[in-house]
Amino acid sequence: MDHYTMNLTLKVWKQKNQSERGHFETYQVKDISSEMSFLEMFDVLNEALVEENREPIAFDHDCREGICGMCSMYINGRPHGPWHGTTTCQLHMRAFKDGDTIVVEPWRANAFPVIKDLIVDRHAFDRIIQAGGYISVNTGNAVDGNAIPVKKENADSAFAAAACIGCGACVAACKNSSAMLFVSAKVAHLSLLPQGEPEKRNRVLNMIEQMDKEGFGSCTMTEACEAVCPKEISVDNIARLNGEYLSAAGAIDK
Amino acid sequence: MTWKQLFTSSVGKKFVMALTGVSLIAFLVVHAGINACIWANDGGAMFNKAAHFMGATVVIRILEVGLFIGIILHIVQGLILEAQNRSRRSIGYQVPLGNRGSKWYSRSMGLLGTLILLFLIMHIYHFWTPSRLGGIGNIHELGIIAYDGKAYHNLYGEMVIVFQSLTIVILYVLACISLAYHLMHGFNSAFRTLGLHNQRYVRIVHATGVAFSVIVPLAFAMMPVSVYLGWVK
Repeated sequence: MDHYTMNLTLKVWKQKNQSERGHFETYQVKDISSEMSFLEMFDVLNEALVEENREPIAFDHDCREGICGMCSMYINGRPHGPWHGTTTCQLHMRAFKDGDTIVVEPWRANAFPVIKDLIVDRHAFDRIIQAGGYISVNTGNAVDGNAIPVKKENADSAFAAAACIGCGACVAACKNSSAMLFVSAKVAHLSLLPQGEPEKRNRVLNMIEQMDKEGFGSCTMTEACEAVCPKEISVDNIARLNGEYLSAAGAIDK
Repeated sequence: MTWKQLFTSSVGKKFVMALTGVSLIAFLVVHAGINACIWANDGGAMFNKAAHFMGATVVIRILEVGLFIGIILHIVQGLILEAQNRSRRSIGYQVPLGNRGSKWYSRSMGLLGTLILLFLIMHIYHFWTPSRLGGIGNIHELGIIAYDGKAYHNLYGEMVIVFQSLTIVILYVLACISLAYHLMHGFNSAFRTLGLHNQRYVRIVHATGVAFSVIVPLAFAMMPVSVYLGWVK
């Protein structure tokens, strides 16, 4: 792939804090290498801003290798930018051309309030996990890996669901700001495995109850979440969650 | 977890939409089947008799109550969901995702449903009220026609009168197009809400849904068109 440099216009959301109204600010960046990642381009811009004594743009990032789920930019109308199955940190500048204007917004959802600029508060996801996204086991020595047999298909489906990094792109893309793809990935990942099976019913009921408390919308099955998910989580998980929820709700005997 | 929560949680509300939606889909099959009798080209005799059977059989009248409950639930719950879902994002995006992630009709179920509701008000006024409540107060009464010495409501005659107007025919066809797109999303989505994730059945339901969404609304749309253009005698 040929290397090239580009000059870009960035329209970035700036917001001081949660209570202040934000606005877009326009920045010019020069000599950006096509081999940089999108976040490295932001680093270059921020360094320049600091040198000019201007405030840098606040954005979330951590591992920069697509597995932590911290990066969260809504780039040109799509969470994590134009590439399929890619996080913002893994998005390369060769996705853009010289002279492009790039609009960068934070995740928009009332359940994800903006903390500053492009950083949103995703604690709602943590509280959903705390409501049931785990298995209760006594700690002790690690159990032998082959002690409990797992069906190959289930292991594969559970693994695919477990790939969810909890970045919140599904919520950002959904017209209802629904967290169903995230919740369903966590529910499917655990309930497909024998270790998660005993707590299957309470898990799905409690996680959905928490999801509703956090103010996420309900699922219309537009499948926009699947289209933008950097980890390509399937909406089949949502159908699986729906079925589990209904049978759990119907089977409860209190 | 109470019974109330089962129907009022975010998943529960969609469950209500899916259940009522599937029962309305079943109703469409019956409705289209009975109405297709106009194409027997017998001056509406077969259709009038079929309509009489539907109106005069006690079991079907009881089912009709269920149908009204279902459709009201579907409308009210749908409007509530639309309003709630819209309120989940107070500040929108500068650049929308648009068709890159989903189909326009999947995102427009509220709008399509509202168009169908407006049509239903007109449609019920055209046929249901004269047939069931005709003669009460100043509600227009249907004509009577006799077959083998027995009197029947001339619903076919009513169709011929209503579909003389080109405007009405166009409104009916537009409503059928709204219904087609509403079903194109709703048929599939209802089964997903009810928990269908087995790939083999997902494919079958998807294919059936697309076929249903094209064939049934097309059959409905051809009814006013056929009458207007004089294709049925």
